[in-house]
Amino acid sequence: MIFNKEFELMPEKKMKELQLERIKRTVHHAYNNCPFYKKKYDAAGFHPDQLKTLGDLRRIPFQMKQEMRDNYPFGLFAVPLSKVVRVHSSSGTTGNATVVGYTKNDIDVFAEVVARSLAAAGADENDIVQVGFGYGLFTGGLGLHYGSERLGAMTVPISAGNTDRQLMLIKDYGTTVLVCTPSFALNIADYIEKKRPDYDIRATKLRIGVFGAEPWSESMRREIEARLGIKAYDIYGLSEVIGPGVSSECSEKSGLHVNEDHFYVEIIDPETGEVLPEGEKGEIVYTSLTKEAFPNIRYRSRDITRLYHDGCKCGRTLVKMDKVTGRSDDMLIIRGVNVFPSQIEDVLMAVEGTEPHYQIIVDRKNALDELEVMVEVNERLFSDEVKVLDAFKNRISDRFRSTIGISAKITLVEPMTIARSEGKAKRVIDRRKI
Amino acid sequence: MNVTQLSVFLENKPGRLQNTLRILYENNINIIALTISETSDYGVLRMIVNDPDKAQQVLKAENITSRMTDVLAIEIDDRPGSLYRVIDTFSRKDMNIEYMYAFPGKKDSKSVMIFRFDNIEAAKNALAAEGYTIVKKIDLIGE
Repeated sequence: MIFNKEFELMPEKKMKELQLERIKRTVHHAYNNCPFYKKKYDAAGFHPDQLKTLGDLRRIPFQMKQEMRDNYPFGLFAVPLSKVVRVHSSSGTTGNATVVGYTKNDIDVFAEVVARSLAAAGADENDIVQVGFGYGLFTGGLGLHYGSERLGAMTVPISAGNTDRQLMLIKDYGTTVLVCTPSFALNIADYIEKKRPDYDIRATKLRIGVFGAEPWSESMRREIEARLGIKAYDIYGLSEVIGPGVSSECSEKSGLHVNEDHFYVEIIDPETGEVLPEGEKGEIVYTSLTKEAFPNIRYRSRDITRLYHDGCKCGRTLVKMDKVTGRSDDMLIIRGVNVFPSQIEDVLMAVEGTEPHYQIIVDRKNALDELEVMVEVNERLFSDEVKVLDAFKNRISDRFRSTIGISAKITLVEPMTIARSEGKAKRVIDRRKI
Repeated sequence: MNVTQLSVFLENKPGRLQNTLRILYENNINIIALTISETSDYGVLRMIVNDPDKAQQVLKAENITSRMTDVLAIEIDDRPGSLYRVIDTFSRKDMNIEYMYAFPGKKDSKSVMIFRFDNIEAAKNALAAEGYTIVKKIDLIGE
């Protein structure tokens, strides 16, 4: 089903015209209403009036995540706070977190693109959508919630976790669409196998899975589909741009259609910043076309993908992007939460008395991501009392939970046991096979 | 003078204790008493050795983290009830023992217990007031 035929089926040429008109509006809006942009563009010798064609966009300097951090919390908003009706935020400490704001209209856009995504996965108003993304500062829960309501589906705001209850509601309510992270979907399959052999998932009405917030592979898709007896679709997005719904898979399950009437996309070489021709792989850069509170103008996502048109059988003319396969920075996505190694370092430094060598090990056990932080015990940290060492471990893990929002297993190890390459330790080992 | 204890951080996996003991052996360090306290991922090896300064130095050279702490060594009679009476003294004074272990060798008909307190001086005074003999480093190491 196509939720919004006017835009999703719009001929390419007409789409380009619409995009140019909207880009002009967005850039003027940011320049006129947010002092940050005026200052930045003036310094770069750029004025919004110079935008005549889509190609002129290249004159505009990129928007970086660091700018969001530097202007924390609301410095990049282009509307008065009285017009902002919601914020979402990434995890992180002050100086590390990013905050995005939405006007009433922005929330409408968000709901629209999520509704399109659910429809593209085959859902409509007759469906019962169980939203197993976390509700809160994370864009996933509320984003899918509003989108599912916009679609007209019965929406079950169960939030993340609690596998037993997820299974109960799937059965009792007759849930037909499950939305969660792909690793949680696999966790559900494991749980049924090990703890609920009596539970027949195939006897339920569940038929569609919409999964996102984490990278996942074709082999994970096959496994989820086989074990849960459903069709699994990818939904992609990033909170800086809006949240899930920036792009999503259609019935063809090959590539994600970008909602390009709301988000203009470019692919650049992450090293040089040069725009690459359609079809080439590089970093995807976003310009929001309709957002008011927090406009994006050439936002560098660090996600690696490529863009292409393939005359998709679903009928949509929207440009497609590959599943995101990597990053041009060191960000990790752990249980759907974006984590930078520098944040982990901040936690360790903040815990009194630490300046240790550490190593982060990310692994996937029973389909769930696990984060282990190995900390070398130097003379300053060491105590002859186990309770002191355990208290140190607890302080680190408490701080992980409170600032990054994920739990981590802290393991104390002997000095020099963490491998060092050229004098510097290898900080992150990602053992997940995605 | 208090007795110096050397504590060593060990990962809880095969070969780690052996490695530390090898280093001590190769440097002619004698272990007088020891105890290990273990958790699922690490352990703390606590020892009274004949030369703690040298022991710490040779361990450090092999990247092994250690720490010196003052502990209290007390001579008690080797018969029923004598340990009870020592602990009773601490209880009455509301003093908490962090940990304790026994010294394996016997001095005459006496046993030696090693105690770790947060406030070692207070513990010492409490015991001295009740007539206990605080064992000195020299006595314990036997030099």
